[in-house]
Amino acid sequence: MPPFNPVYTAIVIVALVGAVLGLCAFLTLTERKLSAWMQDRVGPNRVGPGGLLQPMADGGKFFLKEEVIPDHVDKLFYVLAPAAAVGTALLALAVVPFGSTVAPPDPVAVTAPAAGGPTPVETFERQQAEYRSHFSFVLNPGLDIGVLYLFAVGSLAVYGGVLAGWSANNKYSLLGALRASAQIISYEIPLGMSVLGVFLIVGSLNPERIIDWQTAGGPYWLLLFQPLALFLFMTSSYAEASRLPFDLPEAEQELVGGYHTEYSALKLGLMLLSEYVHLIAGSFMLAVLFLGGWSLFGLESVSDDPIVTAVLRLLILCGKMFALCIFAQLVRWTIPRFRFDQLMNIAWKVLLPLALLNLICVMVVKQMGWPLVVLTGTSAALVVGAGLFSVWTAGSVTNPKRKVVKLPAGVPAGVTYAS
Amino acid sequence: MPIPESDVKWVEEARLGFWEQLYVPAMIDGLKTTIGHIFSPQVKTEQYPEQEPKMPANYRGVHRLNRDEKDRVKCVACYMCATACPAHCIDIVAAPAPAEWADREKYPETFVIDELRCIYCGMCEEACPVDAIELTTLYDLTGLSREQMVFDKEKLLSVFDQTTKAGTDPVRTRAGRLSVASEAPPGQ
Repeated sequence: MPPFNPVYTAIVIVALVGAVLGLCAFLTLTERKLSAWMQDRVGPNRVGPGGLLQPMADGGKFFLKEEVIPDHVDKLFYVLAPAAAVGTALLALAVVPFGSTVAPPDPVAVTAPAAGGPTPVETFERQQAEYRSHFSFVLNPGLDIGVLYLFAVGSLAVYGGVLAGWSANNKYSLLGALRASAQIISYEIPLGMSVLGVFLIVGSLNPERIIDWQTAGGPYWLLLFQPLALFLFMTSSYAEASRLPFDLPEAEQELVGGYHTEYSALKLGLMLLSEYVHLIAGSFMLAVLFLGGWSLFGLESVSDDPIVTAVLRLLILCGKMFALCIFAQLVRWTIPRFRFDQLMNIAWKVLLPLALLNLICVMVVKQMGWPLVVLTGTSAALVVGAGLFSVWTAGSVTNPKRKVVKLPAGVPAGVTYAS
Repeated sequence: MPIPESDVKWVEEARLGFWEQLYVPAMIDGLKTTIGHIFSPQVKTEQYPEQEPKMPANYRGVHRLNRDEKDRVKCVACYMCATACPAHCIDIVAAPAPAEWADREKYPETFVIDELRCIYCGMCEEACPVDAIELTTLYDLTGLSREQMVFDKEKLLSVFDQTTKAGTDPVRTRAGRLSVASEAPPGQ
């Protein structure tokens, strides 16, 4: 691990958090604009040219509104909840690469040095010095625990919702919090299970190494070998961020605002912000794990100038992330929301078995030493197989049919009777 | 009365085939529709303050008091509108008509409508025997105080002048004269 440099880290933290929060603000604008265009409306167009300053107006409103803390809430947890939600969401950014990275050096095996050759310690120090000479666009470079940390912190996100719902002492909030906890805990499992295949293929949890595996020797994006895992990961990450096909926790139609019903002003703003931070972190991970990180068909190494290359790679990776965010918003306004039982059925009866089967395929391919292209075929086969299975069971796995009881002849329709 | 058995049709839910069960093709179909709308939006939104809506001629907006050919108020102070008004927002004080007005006995000395009480139901214009009171297509009625929203006779007559000049007469009359819409249907 490279030595800790507080100044450098502080600068990167400020830049990264500032950029992410600014992007969150503008994602609200794209969200509103995209939905407006899809629905043949105009969208916000009054503040600034074409509505570009609308996020500032919204943000300013969150600051200036009256901060109401109802009498019936549990004050400590009520105040703590937005901090927990945003804090845990922002913690995820610590391991996310957002630009050019290099893989950290492999561990050095301690063996007796060859005569005149470098000792293992010397080799290690040389490798570390070489690694440190590269500027890594990640807050915490060389962290081997990598993605595991991300999942650990991601699971904490449920605390924000649960604390908010429980402390608000309000039935809508409580229902929203219960739904949020059930949903987030359920979707944690396919989320983690779907990327296990990636870790097996790459052999590391370190996101820098995962990017390196995908870029070394040509663009072998894991999208090619794990398309099913990509799809499962994307679906689960939308559910984790409570994006719309899965936004049961704050279903406005039924629950007023879900777990943030009782919140106002900046606390509400923080609650809403945390969802966008989740979306951004999820999109970054999607780009890093499956879409080759900062690589884009050779565009990343067009220039010999290291600064130009660094900027180019930063733009490529952030562009991928932004495109994925936009895609999430397109999906949000395209697909209707699931019912709660459908939500649970999808997680436990579709995503989890598919992720497990995919993982088994990866294990078998790795064990047998077959080429990785086989995994592309197995992914397609799993999707087709799942479809065929659904046809065979007439969809009764995810959507159990209730029996339709026909009225006996002679009884007029519309009359209910006890059988 | 219960529905007869023969009228009841039992509809079974359509069975989803392989293509639908895959779920992804349906999703792509939906995305095609929504993305298509992004790139060719058919926006019909009116940009209100810049772009004024054109109200239909039978819109019930601000009242006006019609003038006749000699620029006199047409109203004969019969109180029919005030009686018909469900919100009691019309206040008329009648006075004997001037001697040179040969066609009527009374005229309104004051004619006050509280536009804030009015519910814009149009009963007054239906009740009026001489088509003197009408609702115009003016919709953006604003004021800074309650007093400003109480329209007297002069204000109501000025609404007539304004709407006549703008050519936005209501459907019943054209600048105080009866229009086709208010004529008796043929054969009566």
